[in-house]
Amino acid sequence: MRVSKIENGTVIDHITGGQALNVLAILGIDGTGGDVVSVGINVPSDRLGRKDVVKVEGRELSQPELDVLSLIAPAATINIIRGYEVADKQRVESPGHVSGVLGCPNPNCITTEDEPVDSRFEVLEDGLRCVYCDTIIREDIAEHIRV
Amino acid sequence: MEHTNITSARQLSRADIEMVLDRARAIADDPSAYADRHPDALLGLLFFEPSTRTKMSFSAAIKRLGGDIVDMGPVDSSSVKKGESLADTVRVIEGYADALVLRHPSEGSAGMASEFVDVPLINGGDGAGQHPTQTLLDLFTIRESAGLDDITIGIMGDLKYGRTVHSLAHALTNFDVRQQFISPESLRLPRKVRYDLHARGTDVREHTDLDEVLDVLDVLYVTRIQKERFPDETEYREVAGEYQIDANTLAAASDDLAVLHPLPRVDEIAYDVDDTDYAHYFEQAHNGVPVRMALLDALLGGEQ
Repeated sequence: MRVSKIENGTVIDHITGGQALNVLAILGIDGTGGDVVSVGINVPSDRLGRKDVVKVEGRELSQPELDVLSLIAPAATINIIRGYEVADKQRVESPGHVSGVLGCPNPNCITTEDEPVDSRFEVLEDGLRCVYCDTIIREDIAEHIRV
Repeated sequence: MEHTNITSARQLSRADIEMVLDRARAIADDPSAYADRHPDALLGLLFFEPSTRTKMSFSAAIKRLGGDIVDMGPVDSSSVKKGESLADTVRVIEGYADALVLRHPSEGSAGMASEFVDVPLINGGDGAGQHPTQTLLDLFTIRESAGLDDITIGIMGDLKYGRTVHSLAHALTNFDVRQQFISPESLRLPRKVRYDLHARGTDVREHTDLDEVLDVLDVLYVTRIQKERFPDETEYREVAGEYQIDANTLAAASDDLAVLHPLPRVDEIAYDVDDTDYAHYFEQAHNGVPVRMALLDALLGGEQ
């Protein structure tokens, strides 16, 4: 399959193989919004063995979106495309904290109640920790994404 | 102490702990010297769950410092019943008091509430999370009975949901203490606590049987195994029965063993232990007053 170049938008390359659909979930893309999206899953890659690629037409990623992306696709590169050219190229960087994008899996955590706070997680070397209830998430981070 | 809020034992350094314990010792030695320490201070009590010891000892502590309490009362008769958020409740009550004590069923509630107030906020127990002031009085009792360095402590019972255990285990990493954890398989320490202990270089030694370690212990910290943690009553009875001690059980222990319990007990410690030299749990409960006086004094700005 040959995917044509996009005019304006974002190309997320070097996504961990098999994570492309979670990346779309983070971006809130389920096809109903009319965004033009191309997805490559398990594409052969010199660097990763296999990788996923997501191209989104007409949209540049925000910092919170990049933060969460770093958790499930730490090797991803972000290419911002304007007028068919790469206007900006960056690696995702693991943030110290992520706010609001993940839900705490502890049903008894205060952030799951109707309080005026966002969830907030400290990013550990090998997972995430809720700053309120201390719950640690290591596996299946993508399952806790609430965007 | 540089903290304005006490929400978790994770924030307490050895210096913080020793400062509170030293001050508590001074208060216990001469309570009258502290009687007019904070004559106008009002302590706001927000207890969203029942409490006897924590609530009464905080009340006694502020009154013995010359202050008084303002009490939200039971949740049934408060605006929480009308659906008010915790964030709003604490923002209102901080206007009535100089410091707040919060007990709430949700984990992380004290940490969150502290973000909404400017007065000192103390966690009086947040669900299966933390109970840092219980830990301070536990440490005070351990220091008085066995010292806080080069000792072996056994922590037994419900280690998974027991907030006093989570706070104590973390605070003990500030000292040269060997920790032995004794519990049924299903109530082992949760991942969040094990993670911290590992990060702080403490070996997590786990056992399902007290007999494996009883003879090496200087302190045995017993906690209650709650019925509601088990799918049915029969399983509860079977499991809980293995973690009950009596004077007979303790025959194998060192003569100097100190038995502690955050109370209330149900049947984890038989009454026949009460009259032995092992029993330190009532003294431990009484220590709640000088320790909470010391903590309140530090938070309300009293110089030693």
